[in-house]
Amino acid sequence: MSSHEQFAEDLALYALDALEGQERSNLEQHLATCAACQRELEQLRGDGALLALSTLGPKPPERARKRLLDAVASEAARVSPVRLREPEGHRRSWWGWLGWAATAAVILFAASLGKENYELKSDLRMASSILSQRTADLEQARSLASALTNPEGQHFTLVALKTPPQPQGKAIYVRNRSSLIFLANNMPSLPSRKTYELWLMPVNGAPVPAGLFKPDAHGSATVINPPLPPGLEARAFAITVENEAGATTPTMPLVMMGEGG
Amino acid sequence: MKSGDQSAVAELYDRYSGVVYAVALRILGDAGAAEDVLQEVFLQLWRNPSGFDAARGSLGAWLAVISRNRAIDFLRRRRPETDIEDVVLSVAPDLAGDADRSRAAEKIRGVLGAMPSLQRSALELAYFEGLSHSEIASKTGEPLGTIKTRIRAGLMTLRKAFQT
Repeated sequence: MSSHEQFAEDLALYALDALEGQERSNLEQHLATCAACQRELEQLRGDGALLALSTLGPKPPERARKRLLDAVASEAARVSPVRLREPEGHRRSWWGWLGWAATAAVILFAASLGKENYELKSDLRMASSILSQRTADLEQARSLASALTNPEGQHFTLVALKTPPQPQGKAIYVRNRSSLIFLANNMPSLPSRKTYELWLMPVNGAPVPAGLFKPDAHGSATVINPPLPPGLEARAFAITVENEAGATTPTMPLVMMGEGG
Repeated sequence: MKSGDQSAVAELYDRYSGVVYAVALRILGDAGAAEDVLQEVFLQLWRNPSGFDAARGSLGAWLAVISRNRAIDFLRRRRPETDIEDVVLSVAPDLAGDADRSRAAEKIRGVLGAMPSLQRSALELAYFEGLSHSEIASKTGEPLGTIKTRIRAGLMTLRKAFQT
């Protein structure tokens, strides 16, 4: 629950995009500086997501799958950093507006001295911090898109070392961008308080943790862009079972492993 | 494009297209429009996969929320209001398989069904019809404060049902 009870109901409405007018502006102003309310907003959005997840219906038509894959193939064929910009006609992101806000703040700063000084500096610091985050986000997007499309990307297929039923993991790793996408199927369920841990096995040196994951009831799991040291050359990827917090060195045995092909 | 790359996108589509399409269809009530939203959601994931932060929620739930937001934008004939990277949520279930999704949906429907009907209705008008609190108040003839209280109480009920 929020530590700021006076915003509790407005936060719930905001999480569903149902708050408007002055109340919305006031809340957004408060959210910009209140980490507790930001966390509560994320939680409320998660609660709202349950409404979305309550929907059931027919499967999409088969043509929709082909249409998507054709579109992806077509975009990949002309992939470039420019592709990652916002689509034509798309609403300018609020990050973008903050860029203008920062500029406006500089002008105001020059024009008004005295007691506003501190507040403006604070605004600028926040805008600068958000813009830095935006830059990092874009870099990450480029990195992941490259992982999917880079002709030099190494593809690893991980299979069970022992018996069926056929668990399988696919890792796509691009070394020069430290990008990793990992998808697993048919993974056996875990004992309580245990987790699977993915390991990058470098050509030289010790195994490097590459993300924790727990399969859902269907045995499926995903790891996308875990934090990895830059530039590691991967010999293989492997999976161990670890305590829930994960480990810094793999606990034997390796339950799955795959070398680059 | 390499076959492995295409298969990664195809695999994510095979896991999550059901929930994305179901949400859009519930909101829009039109198969063609829902298919357009489905296409847009996965193309956005492809164009900007870093919008999803695996540390802060499940991909299935995140895609369901993106689908809801896009469908509401479509319904209200407005430009997208939410950048894909702005959506951050904390939620546990991943629901990659149809069986998991059906079980979770059944449980959520059970919780919604047990709510007072006015509370459920306020939640659904906001979430599936994209109405603001003042529009809901005007539609139901109730005070704004009552609508606010109902929506928050409804979300808290859902939260408690999924806290173990």
